[in-house]
Amino acid sequence: MIWFIVKRLSMLIPILFGISLLTFLLIRLAPGDPAEAYLRLSHIPPTNQAIQEMNVKLGLDKPLIVQYVDWLGKVVRLDFGNSYVSKQPVWDELMLYFPATLQLTITAVILTVCISVPIGIFSALYKDSMFDHLSRILSFVGASMPTFWLGFLFMYFFSIKLDLLPVVGRGSLAHLVLPSLTLAFAYISTYTRLLRTSMLENLHQPFVFYARVRGLQERVIIGRHVLKMALLPVVTAFGMTIGNMLTGAFIVESIFAWPGLGRFFVSALSHRDYPVVQSCILLMGGIFVVCNLLVDIGYGLLDPRIRWKGER
Amino acid sequence: MFRTLMVRLVQKKALLFSGAIILIMSILVLLAPVLAPHDPNIIDIEHKLQAPSWDFPLGTDHLGRCILSRLIFGTRVSLGTAFLVMGVTMIISIFIGTYAGYRGGRIDYLFMRICDVLLAFPSLFLALALIGILGPGPLNLFLAMVLVQWVFYARIIRGMVLSVKEQNYILAAKVSGTPGPMIVIRHIFPVILSQVAVLFFMDIGGIILTISGLSFLGLGIQPPTAEWGAMINDSKQFFRSHPSLMMYPGLMILTIVMAFNLFGDTLRDALDVRQD
Repeated sequence: MIWFIVKRLSMLIPILFGISLLTFLLIRLAPGDPAEAYLRLSHIPPTNQAIQEMNVKLGLDKPLIVQYVDWLGKVVRLDFGNSYVSKQPVWDELMLYFPATLQLTITAVILTVCISVPIGIFSALYKDSMFDHLSRILSFVGASMPTFWLGFLFMYFFSIKLDLLPVVGRGSLAHLVLPSLTLAFAYISTYTRLLRTSMLENLHQPFVFYARVRGLQERVIIGRHVLKMALLPVVTAFGMTIGNMLTGAFIVESIFAWPGLGRFFVSALSHRDYPVVQSCILLMGGIFVVCNLLVDIGYGLLDPRIRWKGER
Repeated sequence: MFRTLMVRLVQKKALLFSGAIILIMSILVLLAPVLAPHDPNIIDIEHKLQAPSWDFPLGTDHLGRCILSRLIFGTRVSLGTAFLVMGVTMIISIFIGTYAGYRGGRIDYLFMRICDVLLAFPSLFLALALIGILGPGPLNLFLAMVLVQWVFYARIIRGMVLSVKEQNYILAAKVSGTPGPMIVIRHIFPVILSQVAVLFFMDIGGIILTISGLSFLGLGIQPPTAEWGAMINDSKQFFRSHPSLMMYPGLMILTIVMAFNLFGDTLRDALDVRQD
């Protein structure tokens, strides 16, 4: 098992290197000059001389490769430079907004698991029942729902018509309900469908037949054996989902004025605050890769065949 | 026997139903100027935020523009952009995926490393980052979407080509001296084409959602062009007093995405294409 983890970790290094290179080059695609953006944001008139001085100050006069190495050396020490807008260190700002996004994502993940797992199981066990049909229709609609529209629908019915929940912002637990539900909605649909299909596939495996022959209780067969197998594809997909939720929360955050990283990133994009943009992309890429890695390891824990495969 | 027949029939119904919706939407796309009762961009402040009437069947928005006309023209923009993005993506992916898969070797290795890096980013986020860096607008939206999406499909197509390549009839063609490009065009493309078509229809709904989502944030299609996501963004300020402004474009998006998803699902089952 340790070898399996070490192997996966070593595969991470070239990918992280590639991510950093891509992030660095992506910023160069931007039309216009970072020095000019800096000056404009600092309310200094961008004269030619000022731009040149700024270029020297920001190290933009050096060859690209030197700039990259300098930047990477700093990033490794968690020095992401200072924001052009607030002039604060970017790392501090990221850590200010990140908890809000993390809170939203974790709540959405919990909602997804708590809602889709029971529905998926019951749909599969009572296939073609009224409940099954209803859950299939709902999950089909849910998967096609535009998030931003759904957010407003929730807001309209629960906050404005029924006056049950706060409209926007972050604070109490009640503030968390609508944004996390909006974020989770599409995933709940996807996972309900996925678990149902995967349960149905496993319900007709020979090992289920054998367990019945052994006289095991139906509850034990479903709970201990079928569910464990059926959860495998779900777990694989989950790593991607957590990464997608963390990084895809920007639409939900902008609807509900949730002070998270996604909203911060969108506003940095519109200000052309390059250090922030660069760091956000790097951070999001890193998080996404680590999520996938954790899932790989979790998968290895669940299914011994996978961790043994490469060892011989 | 009876059961499979029933399944086929249900599938056929679903295919017909979703196909009909897509057909209606296509008619809206083609005949938008004829079907729309008004010019979608004529501003008439005196008639702003009106309730539905004979003249304006769905009422008017905050600038007095006819909502029905904007919805109809929005079909054009949303579907047009989505098909353009998906079409160009697919052409690039087929070309690169087939080349990497069929030739193998160093090009394939390079391609897979590019995949590793690009797929290390969540696609929606990368599209947002790209469009943010390039600047908002329809052309950059198109560029960002294609640049982000092509890797994913090229990798799938590469996999398809790899599995077809090992078939005996390809070997036979090689042995009888058919040149490589000929094998690809005559013997590999026809086999993978149905799978590619299924991919196209399964994912176009998602593309429509992404485009309208980015336009909603003000990064994609720019006002005053009538686009559903942008229309929802426009109606944001009025949604307490005039919630219907927001309902119509949302329903349009939901309907068309559902139709495409249903169409893609049934097409996949009917052609029995397995998804890996």
